[in-house]
Amino acid sequence: MKQRAEGKYERYVNEALEPSRVVRQENEPCRFINRKKNSHIFVLLQSSPIAPLTLSPRYLFVPFQMEEVIARMQEEKNGIPIRTVKSFLTKIPSVFSGSDIVQWMTKNLDIEDPVEALHLGTLMAAHGYFFPISDHVLTLKDDGTFYRFQTPYFWPSNCWEPENTDYAVYLCKRTMQNKARLELADYEAESLARLQRAFARKWEFIFMQAEAQAKVDKKRDKIERKILDSQERAFWDVHRPVPGCVNTTEVDIKKSSRMKDPHKTRKVRLMSRLMAKTSREKGKSLTNNALFSPESSLIGYTEQYLEYDPCLTPPDPSNPWISDDTTLWELEASKEPGQQRVKRWAFGIDEVLKDPVGREQFLKFLESEFSSENLRFWLAVQEVKKRPIREVPTRVQEIWQEFLAPGAPSAINVDSKSYDKTTQNVKDPGRYAFEDAQEHIYKLMKSDSYSRFIRSSAYQELLQAKKKVNASPFSKLLLYSKFVFLFQIKIKGLVLTASLCILCFTEK
Amino acid sequence: MVVCCCLGRTATWVSYQLKIHAQKYMRSPLIPEMATQEVQLNETLAHLKSESESLKSKLEEERAKLHDVELHQVAEKVEGLGQFVMKTRRTLKGHGNKVLCMDWCKDKRRIVSSSQDGKVIVWDAFTTNKEHAVTMPCTWVMACAYAPSGCAVACGGLDNKCSVYPLSLDKNENLAAKKKSVAMHTNYLSACSFTNSDMQILTSSGDGTCALWDVESGQLLQSFHGHAADVLCLDLAPSETGNTFVSGGCDKKANVWDMRSGQCIQSFETHESDINSVRYYPSGDAFASGSDDATCRLYDLRADREVAIYSKESIIFGVSSVDFSLSGRLLFGGYNDYTINVWDVLKGTRVSILFGHENRVSTLRVSPDGTAFSTGSWDHTLRIWA
Repeated sequence: MKQRAEGKYERYVNEALEPSRVVRQENEPCRFINRKKNSHIFVLLQSSPIAPLTLSPRYLFVPFQMEEVIARMQEEKNGIPIRTVKSFLTKIPSVFSGSDIVQWMTKNLDIEDPVEALHLGTLMAAHGYFFPISDHVLTLKDDGTFYRFQTPYFWPSNCWEPENTDYAVYLCKRTMQNKARLELADYEAESLARLQRAFARKWEFIFMQAEAQAKVDKKRDKIERKILDSQERAFWDVHRPVPGCVNTTEVDIKKSSRMKDPHKTRKVRLMSRLMAKTSREKGKSLTNNALFSPESSLIGYTEQYLEYDPCLTPPDPSNPWISDDTTLWELEASKEPGQQRVKRWAFGIDEVLKDPVGREQFLKFLESEFSSENLRFWLAVQEVKKRPIREVPTRVQEIWQEFLAPGAPSAINVDSKSYDKTTQNVKDPGRYAFEDAQEHIYKLMKSDSYSRFIRSSAYQELLQAKKKVNASPFSKLLLYSKFVFLFQIKIKGLVLTASLCILCFTEK
Repeated sequence: MVVCCCLGRTATWVSYQLKIHAQKYMRSPLIPEMATQEVQLNETLAHLKSESESLKSKLEEERAKLHDVELHQVAEKVEGLGQFVMKTRRTLKGHGNKVLCMDWCKDKRRIVSSSQDGKVIVWDAFTTNKEHAVTMPCTWVMACAYAPSGCAVACGGLDNKCSVYPLSLDKNENLAAKKKSVAMHTNYLSACSFTNSDMQILTSSGDGTCALWDVESGQLLQSFHGHAADVLCLDLAPSETGNTFVSGGCDKKANVWDMRSGQCIQSFETHESDINSVRYYPSGDAFASGSDDATCRLYDLRADREVAIYSKESIIFGVSSVDFSLSGRLLFGGYNDYTINVWDVLKGTRVSILFGHENRVSTLRVSPDGTAFSTGSWDHTLRIWA
């Protein structure tokens, strides 16, 4: 059994070391990189071997994007130069520096800011595509720190989900290697102690596994061993990160629940969907109008609202989040609308209907013309749609009686077609009983009442009104008291300020 | 369409198998009817498949005819944006696990946020004080929404339900006691939103459907079927008279629905992966979507096509959440690479990249008056940017 375990581990070691340079094939249609999918590693005697899960490529978008970048980095011609560095007594094989990566990214990935390159590089390291050879924490530094590429076998796209037993075997094996540089870090020692307690009964098997793997490792070439050790350590740095570091293997549950069942199909009523599509095809009036440019309407909208966008035009008096001053919100909540706000009502009828103060002014104007029933009807129907379903039938009846029934007190003028339809709807009242009538009234208001409102003297007055300086009572007090002090009328001044105080507060 | 193709493929496989078996059966005179029935079924499926393919190509043809110029070409005459500076103005700490969703109150300063540990917290973001906290019985609360009146919040997630909690002014009152279960789905709740009133909620779910519910009675008012996979997001049209909403799903499609009839009135399929977020342009004539394929796209509803793609070679992580500034000139995108990218909607270029979060940005919303936007992240915090 030990021999079998050794044999399989040996095979994994060979495979893991092999394709550290990915060869890109021409005309590769899908994004899979050719390698054996079903090879095993860490064969445990009593449990199933961990193996990378096979998945549909749709859920592996980000790993494939990163792998494409990595593949470009590893190219012979335009990639990052990988070299063996000779240091005192030892050789450091197969490394490149952090600044090499940053330089390559700036040149090849359309990045202007080195901060961005550092950020992307750190993310790629955190996902485990390359790693610093002498640090557990996976970040990218823009200096001479050495990094090494991870073997494709350990790439995240293989969907590793290593178990705690595998981690235990790995840590155990590490303790058997008596080299100073391979000593366990504090958090690793803690994890090992915890795992020993958890797997107390299985520990014999775990120990045997670790021994078998250590034996295979000893047979390896020194250089290969160095590389493989560092890659294995980097693998565990991704799956069991240093406490405080982000665990990049965490998946959004919405995506992971589908990963387990990628071929789940929904029972969609096929015929109904096809029918819907054909009816849309026929019903759509293909406006082949060359003058109609949707893009220009988007541009027009943004230009019109540019001065109202606090992100682009600093608001007056200030943005509360920046200045910690809530005056802006207090002004908006007040009943007196500012000039800018009133100007906005002229953009379209929707602006007037959206703003509660605008609605009020519009209603007031219409009442002065004795034509307010249209707006009141429209508002009442909007209100019905907002009520709980239980109240809808009674409200519909009320509206019918008030606005549409023969001899209604606030009769509105609707075309006969809508009137007939509404009469039918009211018999079986739902939230959309007045939909047709409401649409007709809305069009009427838009073309008639609204344009009169905008041209009316009431609206023009509001538009011309000067902005009132809304000083707080305290500042007013300050002004007056300064004035008084300058004229050195002490007692009289006190009396004066006291009376002015009262005046201020009553005014407010 | 995807289901159709899948069905088509299974149909061909099935028909092949049946042919072999049919030959066997044909020899025995006992069951000749079954064989002919199978053959008829295959023919219908094959016929349907070819019809859907031809319809799809016709649709693309018609769309291409109307296509004249790209948005960024028309926008060349538009003035460029100046220096853009936005910083974190507030950091809200208090969640014990990943923040998954948040929503603004209409008073422009309160927000509700939900996280993986089941906690739903209502904050006054201006003062960074927590005002209410509720613990849901499930983990992964992926959706939350503030009622227009400011008097209630709705939330849901892995419990497959959407529950409404009325907010009381009494801080000591146990909110969980007044909980009202409104929506029931057969899979996780991915998004929820109140319509213009406190009385109706629109939800989307991992079971592939969206639904409109009456809050008081819990009655289903309308359901929307048409997505072939999980629906991940939805957004209501901003107009007063609007009766439509858009939803995006794992089938790479963004569908526009009519709330009254329950029909899908428009559909867009240009993304290469799951659509995580959809948001209407402020005028209601267009909408943007963010997807796992690392791009944001703008779709115009009147032109019935995609009009812009916002992507960069250096951005390889998916978009989790998008929102527009008040004028629609800026598009903010929260990405899975811990950053926020700000795009110029008209010109298609990136205006700025914002760093700050230490893990994925999972949710992003602009405040109702556009003065700030808020982001929630897997690093357990929320940030307000202005």
